[in-house]
Amino acid sequence: MSLIRIQDLTRRYVMGSETVHALRGVSLSIGKGEYIAIMGPSGSGKSTLMNLLGCLDTPTTGTYELNGTNVADMDDNALAEVRNREIGFVFQSFNLLPRSDALHNVELPLIYAGVPVDERREKARQALTNVGLADRTHHKPNELSGGQRQRVAVARALVNNPSIVLADEPTGNLDSRTGEEILALFETLSRRGNTIIVVTHEEDVAQHARRIIRIRDGLIAADEVNPNPRAAMKLESAQA
Amino acid sequence: MNLLTEFKEAVVIAWAALRANKMRAGLTTLGIVIGIVTVTLMGSAIAGLNATFKRSISGIGADVLYIQRFAWFMSESEWRASRNRRELTRQHARDIERLSDMARAVGVESNGNGTVEFERRRARGVFVAGNNEHCLDVRGLSLTAGRWLSASDVQVGRPVCVIGSYLAEKFFPFGGALGSKVKLNDMPYEVIGILEKQGSFFTGANLDNQIVIPITRFTDNFSRWPDLTISVKVRDPAQMENAKEELTGILRKLRRVAPDQPDDFAINQQDALVSFFNRVGGTIAAVGLFITGLSLFVGGIGIMNIMFVSVAERTKEIGIRKAIGAKRRTILVQFLVEAATITFLAGLLGLAIAWPLTLVVDRYLAADMPWWLVAVALLVSILTGVISGFIPAWRAARLDPVEALRAE
Ligand SMILES: Nc1ncnc2c1ncn2[C@@H]1O[C@H](COP(=O)(O)OP(=O)(O)O)[C@@H](O)[C@H]1O
Ligand SMILES: [Mg+2]
Repeated sequence: MSLIRIQDLTRRYVMGSETVHALRGVSLSIGKGEYIAIMGPSGSGKSTLMNLLGCLDTPTTGTYELNGTNVADMDDNALAEVRNREIGFVFQSFNLLPRSDALHNVELPLIYAGVPVDERREKARQALTNVGLADRTHHKPNELSGGQRQRVAVARALVNNPSIVLADEPTGNLDSRTGEEILALFETLSRRGNTIIVVTHEEDVAQHARRIIRIRDGLIAADEVNPNPRAAMKLESAQA
Repeated sequence: MNLLTEFKEAVVIAWAALRANKMRAGLTTLGIVIGIVTVTLMGSAIAGLNATFKRSISGIGADVLYIQRFAWFMSESEWRASRNRRELTRQHARDIERLSDMARAVGVESNGNGTVEFERRRARGVFVAGNNEHCLDVRGLSLTAGRWLSASDVQVGRPVCVIGSYLAEKFFPFGGALGSKVKLNDMPYEVIGILEKQGSFFTGANLDNQIVIPITRFTDNFSRWPDLTISVKVRDPAQMENAKEELTGILRKLRRVAPDQPDDFAINQQDALVSFFNRVGGTIAAVGLFITGLSLFVGGIGIMNIMFVSVAERTKEIGIRKAIGAKRRTILVQFLVEAATITFLAGLLGLAIAWPLTLVVDRYLAADMPWWLVAVALLVSILTGVISGFIPAWRAARLDPVEALRAE
């Protein structure tokens, strides 16, 4: 059974008299453990698709089954719970809470899941260790480099053991060297069995994935297996 | 999801947010602080008055009717209309004793001030009570030594006296009061009894600085035409109204008041004092509540305002939290807690200001800050925060996560 199954998904934005068809009917099936890149030029509907896959948004029409449950018409609270349990987000601009240290940022999903404090601390610390930041637990985001911030974000995405890690342009704000670091981290996660979906407009980044879905104007233009994914440069700081 | 965990997290966030915006939060709490200071001061004034009043009023028996020429609380016009009323006499008291079924004891009283001396010691401004033999019962007094005025003391006007505990200690620190002769306004009186300690009345009068003499002596030696009060202790305190009616009938007959004429006397009771006091307390409360309400309202608007700003500034944060799994309720609670924390701190500040003020007020007027008042003040400040923070918090809770994440 597939982890994600979407059927004829559309999303329209109505702005005054104008209607933007961001997605025009997308069908997809994604299995557990896949490492997928969603590729396309700017404005093609990648982020819209990612927001739908991540249950941040609901489709205008179509169905979306995640782990066998239909989430297309869930209400706000139910979606929040799904996001908390099933999804880990990594954003282009990191989206860490500026006033909280790394540990607290990583703890956040566990707080909303109601995990008791000791267990929560332990798990968050472990997640930070897994991304090579064991010695940065009490640093605030502005005391960390871009690459380190993104690794905190990855730790936060993973701490709750989600079904899917969704990354929207995760290397967009990083120089190519630190970008590689994050991609190497994704590779490690993928090898451990995590399902990873990376949204990007950079061919270089997409080439790391084992399956590449290309979208154009809100439609899937191609969906192909990447015969030889590029390996990220190994950097010792990203080793777990 | 665990509400307590969420709540703790909300407190942590609120605290961090406040520390980041100390100045702004501080300024907007001014209204709340003023409100809490007012409500606390008002409360302590009322509580203080209540306590003293309750203590004093027990000296004015609830089951005693005071027949007097004038009512205790009269308007200017009422007073003018009743100025020429005839005296009440001891004969009236005797007649009431004979005719009334509902009276248990009938006292005759009149009061004044005088100077009491014993050997070389002297007390000025002593409360002088002219009483009859029933006043011990009617006034609810007790003796620690000796005896009360007897019927024959009163009948023949014997020069005897019962003295308050303050006088007893002052003149006879080593005992030996009974049988000694003290001088009241230069007339000698033999001490026959000593009153139990009573404390002071809410007007400030020291009830233990008192001397009681036979009412007949009082009229002879002290004041030739005193204004007599006939104090009637009623047999059944549940029958006060009926007793009042009976006494009115008896007195109208005794004083030959024509049926179409109003009473030419007044029957006062503790109720009148209590209701007067309640009116005073009510006025203080009304004024205080008005000021409090106004400042809390203004303060509440301020809080609502900074909460809107806070929500707007933290739209992105709300988006992040929602993406990570915060529900509407979580966000709502977070901002409500933040608003309530601000107003709670303002409440604490208000109490910290009101506390020394209460002590100052207490020097001139009775004031008291009981624990329930502190609790009420803090509860009110938290409630103000929750109420005025609700709309901003609700708006935050309903933000669309995608939109919120796009905010800068
Ligand atoms: N909230 C929105 N309101 C209106 N139009 C939107 C909104 N979000 C996205 N769009 C439009 O939908 C299309 C797809 O956007 P998006 O999914 O962000 O593209 P991408 O991530 O591939 O750059 C674009 O034309 C964009 O302008
Ligand atoms: Mg995009």
